[in-house]
Amino acid sequence: MPDTTIQDTSPQDGAYNYGYLDEQTKRMIRRAILKAVAVPGYQVPFGGREMPLPYGWGTGGIQVTAAIIGREDTLKVIDQGADDTTNAVSIRRFFARVAQVATTTHTAEATIIQTRHRVPETPLTDGQILVFQVPIPEPLRMLEPRETETRTLHALSEYGVMQVSLYESIARHGRIAKTYNYPVMVNGRYIMSPSPIPKFDNPKLDRSPALQLYGAGREKRIYAVPPHTPVKSLDFDDHPFEIETWTESCALCGSTESFLDEMIVDDTGKRLFVCSDTDYCESRR
Amino acid sequence: MYVAVKGGETTIAHSLDLLADKRRGDRDVAELSLEQIDQQLGLAVDRVMTEGSCYDRSLAALAIKQARGDLIEAIFLLRAYRTTLPRFGASEPLDTTRMVAERRISSTFKDVPGGQVLGPTYDYTHRLLDFSLAASGERPEAPTAPADATHALPRVGDILQRDGLLEPPPSRDDGEARDLTREPLVLPASRPLRLQNLARGDEGFLLALGYSTQRGYGNNHPFVGEIRYGHVPVSFVPEELGFAIEIGEIEVTECDMVNQFVGSHDVPPQFTRGYGLAFGHAERKAMAMALVDRALRADELGEAATSPAQDEEFVLAHSDNVEGSGFVQHLKLPHYVDFQSELVVVRMLRTEAEQRREQAALAQAAE
Repeated sequence: MPDTTIQDTSPQDGAYNYGYLDEQTKRMIRRAILKAVAVPGYQVPFGGREMPLPYGWGTGGIQVTAAIIGREDTLKVIDQGADDTTNAVSIRRFFARVAQVATTTHTAEATIIQTRHRVPETPLTDGQILVFQVPIPEPLRMLEPRETETRTLHALSEYGVMQVSLYESIARHGRIAKTYNYPVMVNGRYIMSPSPIPKFDNPKLDRSPALQLYGAGREKRIYAVPPHTPVKSLDFDDHPFEIETWTESCALCGSTESFLDEMIVDDTGKRLFVCSDTDYCESRR
Repeated sequence: MYVAVKGGETTIAHSLDLLADKRRGDRDVAELSLEQIDQQLGLAVDRVMTEGSCYDRSLAALAIKQARGDLIEAIFLLRAYRTTLPRFGASEPLDTTRMVAERRISSTFKDVPGGQVLGPTYDYTHRLLDFSLAASGERPEAPTAPADATHALPRVGDILQRDGLLEPPPSRDDGEARDLTREPLVLPASRPLRLQNLARGDEGFLLALGYSTQRGYGNNHPFVGEIRYGHVPVSFVPEELGFAIEIGEIEVTECDMVNQFVGSHDVPPQFTRGYGLAFGHAERKAMAMALVDRALRADELGEAATSPAQDEEFVLAHSDNVEGSGFVQHLKLPHYVDFQSELVVVRMLRTEAEQRREQAALAQAAE
């Protein structure tokens, strides 16, 4: 049996500050977080650092987590709802190493949950913090590539372009065909990208008792939704927002209420549906 | 149950072991030393230092060894280390007229004060594979004239500028130097910030953009006013001393590009400048940077900005290869939740389209 302990190839860990980032950087990020909490849904520019993980792999979420984590915290990291996806394992291991923090896979036990592409099925509670990894923080980016333009659109609440794009989807497909990264209005003021979570998860953001922090490392933006803040998915009176549904139930726990992943299990294309949230699924079996 | 791209600690550990094994390669072949990389792959070290924004030859050599020669990966490694280092402050601006130049050429004049110095260059090599390099063997040392460190080299640009033919360089901004690695880039950016971005920018990206200006996408009729490469002293003012002391020397390549300008309402016709600077010996990078710098000045000079190289947001937002490499490669991460959402909707849309088609066929048959 080969030795499976991970070799420490970096310089001595002792050379790094607690939580990897130096205290000055943490203060800078905390200031950005405070501003983001004070102006829900507004994208705050921050001096994002190069992290030892690649851009696009959660560097924004990692910096936010590194700035708020303490020794008494319990961290859960998920990717696609699962604790055992490789990138979630990698990030969890990073914090266990640089912050000597307790980790868990149980949603209810975690004080900080860093996530990519999902909101846990188990309802969050007061005092919990959900940290999202965000690839493109600007909800209007695919409609207007220029930052100087989109900044002005936000400042003026000039959101017609987004409504038009949703209308065009209805005109073309008979329904709003946007399925993930579905735009939301936060506190009646800013349109916000909820990160690429499926629209199935959007209702969980609304008036959540947990604090939601969103970190975009490459784009150097932080935004937030404070607890109990209204978050409304954009829609029309005659085309109300709706979420995905399945006719199947989870093959492992039988849930009919959770987001299901579809797996192809043999060469003939036979399919199996299971919960994407592994902790939720295991707790029901 | 088989689930792709899931794996625990053990899988990752095995992957890292395999990577380390691949890095070492055949154990019968001697291992590379950092000194060998520094001395014999020096231009790779120069590029990693430039785009890694960190002047340290041995760290760059280590990064190249660790990255198995993948220079973008090496740049990433060096930057991730650099970002953890404390900042003592900013040096005094480099004075490149004090350069001990190993190479210095101008294409705008046949001869210039200080002379044309060809130095070590690939420019006039015939690109024939030198099979004698395949066999190891001692090379005789090349004869060189003794370097004259006391002799200041005037800039070609300064000579043109005296006659008013060339715009003066921007006046020295005595404000605190902004640092792109500490603060987010806010657009529109000042020229110093743009130059910082370009200096860290990917050589290939800048090369393609610079090239595009030459092919008519934002042409600015460039001439190489001057390229120089050599050692320059770095000075720093420690707070407790209050005056500048020399803390070392670095090697840089500087390119002063001279470009045509037709003049405007307020300014008579004169030549304008584009500027490029890179660590070590990196003429392609410095020249491409100078071309793009000049192209990005379109607004300032009242030119129509219609081409990619003149578009500040486009250039500055996409120049960084560590950012680009990460975001392109993040597509390898699992996206099956979002894909599942798309599957659900595409199936629904297909069912609805099928129903509409059947209804239309029925209606047609009934007629």
